[in-house]
Amino acid sequence: MNLRTRTIAATAAVCCLALAGCSGTTKDSAKNDDKPTAGAAKANPGAPLKKGLKLAFLPKQINNPYEQIVDNAGIAAAKEFASTGKEVGPSDAKASSQVSYINTLTQQRQNAILIAANDPNAVCGPLKQAMKQNIKVVAYDSDTAKDCRQIFINQASSEQIGRSQVQHIAEQLHHKGQIAILSATQNATNQNTWISYMKDELKKPAYKNMKLVKVAYGDDDDQKSFQETQGLLKAYPKLKGIISPTTVGIAAAARYISASSYKGKVVVNGLGTPNQMRKYVKDGTVGQFALWDPKKLGKLASYAAAALASGQITGAEGEKFKAGDLGEFTVLKDGEVILGPPTVFDSKNIDQFDF
Amino acid sequence: MTAFTKYVRWDTVVTVLLVAVFLAGAGTTGGFADTSNLSAALDDTAEIALIALPMTLLVVAGQVDLSVASMLGLSSALAGALWDAGWAFELIVPVCLLVGAAGGLLNGWLVTRIGLPSLAVTIGTLTLYRGLASVVLGDKAVADFPDAYAQWAAYTRTVPGTFVPYPVALFVVLAVITAVVLHCTGFGRSLFAIGAQEDAAYFAGVRVKRIKIALFAVSGLVASFAGIVYTLRYGSARADNGIGLELVVIASVLLGGVDFDGGKGTLGGAVAGVLLIGLLGNLLTLNDVSNEVQVIVTGLLLIASVLTPRVISAVSERRHLPDQI
Repeated sequence: MNLRTRTIAATAAVCCLALAGCSGTTKDSAKNDDKPTAGAAKANPGAPLKKGLKLAFLPKQINNPYEQIVDNAGIAAAKEFASTGKEVGPSDAKASSQVSYINTLTQQRQNAILIAANDPNAVCGPLKQAMKQNIKVVAYDSDTAKDCRQIFINQASSEQIGRSQVQHIAEQLHHKGQIAILSATQNATNQNTWISYMKDELKKPAYKNMKLVKVAYGDDDDQKSFQETQGLLKAYPKLKGIISPTTVGIAAAARYISASSYKGKVVVNGLGTPNQMRKYVKDGTVGQFALWDPKKLGKLASYAAAALASGQITGAEGEKFKAGDLGEFTVLKDGEVILGPPTVFDSKNIDQFDF
Repeated sequence: MTAFTKYVRWDTVVTVLLVAVFLAGAGTTGGFADTSNLSAALDDTAEIALIALPMTLLVVAGQVDLSVASMLGLSSALAGALWDAGWAFELIVPVCLLVGAAGGLLNGWLVTRIGLPSLAVTIGTLTLYRGLASVVLGDKAVADFPDAYAQWAAYTRTVPGTFVPYPVALFVVLAVITAVVLHCTGFGRSLFAIGAQEDAAYFAGVRVKRIKIALFAVSGLVASFAGIVYTLRYGSARADNGIGLELVVIASVLLGGVDFDGGKGTLGGAVAGVLLIGLLGNLLTLNDVSNEVQVIVTGLLLIASVLTPRVISAVSERRHLPDQI
């Protein structure tokens, strides 16, 4: 280190210390008083759905098969009220990739943007900008921060999902025996919320002969989930059932059991997609599993956007709107609209679904 | 000098293309030439544009820094973690900049002292800095930055009387300084000399190693600053911010006619390259052209920019061959 670099380093250090001494803007001192202006407009429940609305679906990424089904159903639904829909989006699911799309959709004067957010906050600024220009924002599948959209269409409530998982497997096991949970990662927020409701449900007297022996984590990795399933069955010879509330986990567990002596003896239930699980349902490994119907999700989102753009609702709690043949829905707290309980798939209905 | 490079320089071609894209967009696409759209489109390229400045200097000197986007991510993660820990934002910024400069110094040190090619070194530190970012913040996202700072980075707040957002305005100032340094000073001439013939430059008295270290340090510093801009602009500090951005930066610089082999190029060309990719992307998105097609268009432009001057000079050399014999 020569004299000059040493001087620079010393100056930098002194500057830092000087800055540290000053009181600056910290997390505690900064207050973000940016409340939504949603309540300003008045809802007119009797208003007819406008025609010729332009709806734009912005999925987490294009070519994601699940989201394509949602979006296509939403675009098809737009035709029912004489409007048009389109799907645009980035080819990667990076946090910030959706931002430039939101800006261009605003520029194109779309009537509503329907977004499955990759990052609840990264999309916030441009969405607020869009709402200022009277573009309605509906989040679906994956929510944005609450003040950056008018409505969030949730597939099912966390409580519904958690409790129904236990109810379904209990029926299959006649309310008797040891069960285990094969989850995704240890800190997956949605999974952990569901698991806490599962544990709560298991406290009810109806389940006194059932016992949750372990929560295992397959990290949403097929191989790891496969090995965890193997481990669970080895460690707990009396295990009667596995709940896997993740599409990766349930498929891996079914794959292991279908080729083992446990087939037909251990029940696998949880959340999965029909295309992944079809062969295990057909070969008798899996009796049933659940997930929401993505087509209904897209349709509901489309109608919610139209109801917003037509002034029927503003996103305030208690407002009601009709979503075609799906029936009437009510806006809950924080602009949340819940599609309904998860759909149960079994050998009777699985061939009606392709996703 | 070949006929092509004598009469038509590639950076002129790119500038003409840029003007053509702008005029075509303004003529065909409603909303494109609106000031609000131009503000958003320019702001969208802010980090790329900032990092492209030191990158141009590096490439002219025959070097490359692939770790810039990882440094952006590390700076973002660090800003998020420190903010979460209750640090003042005014203190977080210099700390991030110091870390950026240190990371750049490490790159420069490895390149000059160990004598490894910059491509190899920065592929390594690309992984290293991204890894550190994940250690610093994990898979968390920190979002509650103060509005006052977020607005400085957002396209909604522009220099009064213009549609230029503040990060872009800062870029303009830095670009002018960089252009003067590259094209009007002895330091700039020595960069071209290093890029063209490193040994010759060394024996001509150019302090090659010191200059290279300085370039990498500045590159790290600017990348970490871009990390702060990125974090505020998206209001979201994450360890995976800006993944893959280094390739867009390098593509823009090469598109602007800066020779990857070093020794040739202009800063104006590089800036035109950045703006061309940014505006073209915005125009295509406004016309609902899918992302895949956009990537293909950018790729083709890049190949054209690298190939065309070479093909033309090869053709003209062959044509002039008899004269030379």
